Amino acid sequence: MREREDEWTGLMRSAISGDDAAYHRLLKAVTPVLRAAARRGLTRVGQPADQSEDIVQDILLAVHLKRHTWDANAPFAPWLFAIARNKLIDALRRRGRRVFVNIDDFAETIPSEPAPEAVPASEVEAQLRSLPARQRDVLQSIAVDSASIRDTAKKFAMSEGAVRVALHRGLAGLTAKLRGQ
Amino acid sequence: MRMETDQFIQTLAADNAHRARPVGFMLALALLLAAPVSIAIFITELGVRPDVMTAMRNPLFDLKFAVTLGLAIPAIAISLHLSRPEASLRGWAWLLLIPIGLLVAGIAGEMMMPQRMPMAMRMMGKNSWNCLTSIPVMSLPLLVAALIGLRHGAPTRPAVAGAVAGLLSAGLAATLYASHCTDDSPLFVATWYTTATAMVAALGALAGSRVLRF
Repeated sequence: MREREDEWTGLMRSAISGDDAAYHRLLKAVTPVLRAAARRGLTRVGQPADQSEDIVQDILLAVHLKRHTWDANAPFAPWLFAIARNKLIDALRRRGRRVFVNIDDFAETIPSEPAPEAVPASEVEAQLRSLPARQRDVLQSIAVDSASIRDTAKKFAMSEGAVRVALHRGLAGLTAKLRGQ
Repeated sequence: MRMETDQFIQTLAADNAHRARPVGFMLALALLLAAPVSIAIFITELGVRPDVMTAMRNPLFDLKFAVTLGLAIPAIAISLHLSRPEASLRGWAWLLLIPIGLLVAGIAGEMMMPQRMPMAMRMMGKNSWNCLTSIPVMSLPLLVAALIGLRHGAPTRPAVAGAVAGLLSAGLAATLYASHCTDDSPLFVATWYTTATAMVAALGALAGSRVLRF
């Protein structure tokens, strides 16, 4: 566990200094842990565990948009688990349950793979549809078509800077909408 | 379209270049923009007391500023600390004992000096109602600003963070008010400034529990 967490801290430090690949690896590395904790939380309140991807994406988005509150001199895991716990409690509450989630639920979690029968439409997806067209197009191009920023810029005849702005606004807009429901 | 988690991660990673400003910067900016509003209310409605030059030679007048700034500055530090998700009040709450300690010392000091007025009169003063209304009114623009600044953070205890935002805005507003008010007794400050501050802190907690969630 310790080793795993030290690795996360290292990846996050690289990510902050501009290493996009390290950031991608970090998000991929933490996701199975977040998923397992989300499933456990859902099971505990008697909800189907296949809703876990909504919660995982919600946590990942918060991690992304709030990562400037992480102190690069501190270990990453406690920060991550605090964000995750906050989002998990929120998600379970939105499903009508009041629960207590312990930080240890994350730290001691065995990573889990995504469920084979995923839910038809995720919350993030539903909110994506209500974003302004340009932001949605950019998000879709990068998410679904796996296009790079440069390719996306070319496709929509935008500057790379404008693509970056639309991408960030789109992601920030998702969180406002998720919170508003 | 479907958004798999893997695709979502890819999208987030593509946005890695975006850098948000530190919470401290946003809080400072918001407070600096709101301060002129509170100062304008102060100038138009209250103003500095006319005998301020003489008052400055009274240590109890000066103590009022030590108390109000002794609340505002630690509250700013605590609110920034609480804007981190893994933060707790442990190790930080004692900072709020600074203004209380200063007040207790002031009350003890005043007790040892000969007084013209009885204790109850010094405590009630002449400006209690003015104090109870002016401090919250001048706090409001600062409280709104503090909440906007702190929204940039990730407080996992939004009500507590909101209450601390209330303390910092009340501390700043009370600093302005202290230069207007002619009641300098620490007993007056302990009674009325504290009540006004508690009201703003309660409002901050209420607002914070709504707007500081993320």
